[in-house]
Amino acid sequence: MSSQEIPEENLPAEQSAGLDQQEHGAVKVADEKNPFADPGLPPHEHRIQDIDERAARRSERTVALLFTVSMLSTIAFIAAYLAIPVDKAIYVFPIGHISALNFALGCTLGLALFSIGAGAVHWARTLMSDEEIADERHAIEAPPEVKAKVLADFKQGAKESALGRRKLIRNTMFGALALFPLSGVMLLGGLGPAPGTKLRHTTWAKGKKLVNMNTNEPLRPSDVAVGSLTFAMPEGLDEHDHDFQKNIAKDALMIVRIQPDDIKDPRELEWSHEGIVAFSKICTHVGCPISLYEQQTHHVLCPCHQSTFDLADGARVIFGPAGHALPQLRITVGEDGYLEAVSDFEEPVGPAFWERG
Amino acid sequence: MKKLSARRRHPLAALVVLFIALATTGVLFTAFAPADRAVADETAQTLTIEEGKKLYSVGCASCHGTGGQGTTDGPSLVGVGAAAVDFQVGTGRMPAQQPGAQVPDKPTIYSQAEIDQLAAYISSLGAGPEVPTENEYNPEGADIAEGGELFRTNCAQCHNFTGKGGALSEGKYAPSLEGVDPKHIYEAMQTGPQNMPSFPDTTLSEENKKDIIAYLEAVNGDDTVEPGGLSLGGLGPVSEGLFGWVFGLGALIAVAVWVAARTAKAKKS
Repeated sequence: MSSQEIPEENLPAEQSAGLDQQEHGAVKVADEKNPFADPGLPPHEHRIQDIDERAARRSERTVALLFTVSMLSTIAFIAAYLAIPVDKAIYVFPIGHISALNFALGCTLGLALFSIGAGAVHWARTLMSDEEIADERHAIEAPPEVKAKVLADFKQGAKESALGRRKLIRNTMFGALALFPLSGVMLLGGLGPAPGTKLRHTTWAKGKKLVNMNTNEPLRPSDVAVGSLTFAMPEGLDEHDHDFQKNIAKDALMIVRIQPDDIKDPRELEWSHEGIVAFSKICTHVGCPISLYEQQTHHVLCPCHQSTFDLADGARVIFGPAGHALPQLRITVGEDGYLEAVSDFEEPVGPAFWERG
Repeated sequence: MKKLSARRRHPLAALVVLFIALATTGVLFTAFAPADRAVADETAQTLTIEEGKKLYSVGCASCHGTGGQGTTDGPSLVGVGAAAVDFQVGTGRMPAQQPGAQVPDKPTIYSQAEIDQLAAYISSLGAGPEVPTENEYNPEGADIAEGGELFRTNCAQCHNFTGKGGALSEGKYAPSLEGVDPKHIYEAMQTGPQNMPSFPDTTLSEENKKDIIAYLEAVNGDDTVEPGGLSLGGLGPVSEGLFGWVFGLGALIAVAVWVAARTAKAKKS
């Protein structure tokens, strides 16, 4: 067979002829395309259960036993749920102290489900028929007469609809279909009003005292030691207020004290009070609360994506995906000796947004 | 004796002799060395400071300077206070094995009496936080719920919600707080060891600190009940998901392979 003949043999029309040829010659079982003859299915072998009825009955009993275990486990689950108090703790060896109720519920539920599965698998493997059956696939392509009929039907339908003749119907239909998606676009307006200037302002304002979040007392400069870390919120914010969470999400402050000589950024020093600096606690990347402060290096690490800021250098980003330095709140000491804000943050806190600039 | 001399050329003979010599020296030393005088009740403050200074010169001066003024290898100890010494030496962090990103805790090599002497000496250099009395850190009767809130505000960012610890930048880490003595937790908050910021009484009151210690005892103590069983390090969804995918799914695959590998046929092939 020359190499030029092979592509022709691959054509669908040629293939059946090729097969016929093969069947004629008993010795030629394989050709270049299919070098191994199909060995067919191996002879069927019986299981012990197919031959021995006693074995079959043993299997039946095993399956029934597994299903019974499942039933008992479910009953035990219900009993445990009703009988064991929620707060009872027991000690189980490798696990440790654990809720007795959870342990009992988990074990019984697990056993009930496992027994159903194991019973079903054992049933299928030992008792259900295991005769191998080969089901040949039919050709994917439809027969020519079916194809011809479908095409004819389509042409007939197109002709009867008179879409090409009645232009008015065609054009208005296109108009209706083109306009319809606009209603979906309008619904996007329901996602809420635009944020307006809310992203640019916080509760901080001139004269607002810095309140320690641990004690709810206003902070004095002497309270804040070098190397310490304190969290503060503006005075007037109450944890029980309806919009506390909404406000603290923007207002939260991280207060540290750095030796004034160690502060490299002149603006940071100017905005501090004797080395006490107040920075936004909200990461400028995606807004995680960020306060992993290392007091020797003055680095602050964000736990979400490892953005690192240098609090001794204007909270500059020294590592990670954050795009801006942490905003600093300018602070001073009021007449009554407490730390207070000079103004609101000069730039928006938290992650960047489209119009941030 | 003949037996012994017959083996004197054995390859291990030198090792055995060396071992015997070392053991003998050790036994003789313990027998004749002066008894530990630290336990003696010498209340005179100056004497304690004097003893502390001696210990300091041997164990600490190479990094912190002969007068505690600090060198390039170690910070100044003026004004760090007795609490800092009690924490650093009491948890075995100091003396440090080697300089590095983080000085880990290790078995303590000083007795409590020696630590007290060192602390007395260091606090004589400059006033600082005192070692807390048991009254101050004993969490009995403290508000565990309040402690949890304070812990999540001030500590959880580094030490994880239940004090399991976590990573910091450049090889530093916040250690696990499991099994740490309440006194040492109190001192750490008070003094801010290594890269941990301090939480002085002015911003986190004594009562607050007690609450935090009580919370840690509740979530991290020996008798803490884990309602769900295995806590898998208490690290959250990452370790739990990993466990589920590796061991849960792995067990299912193993069972499926086991079921399929065993033939049900009567005639085993």
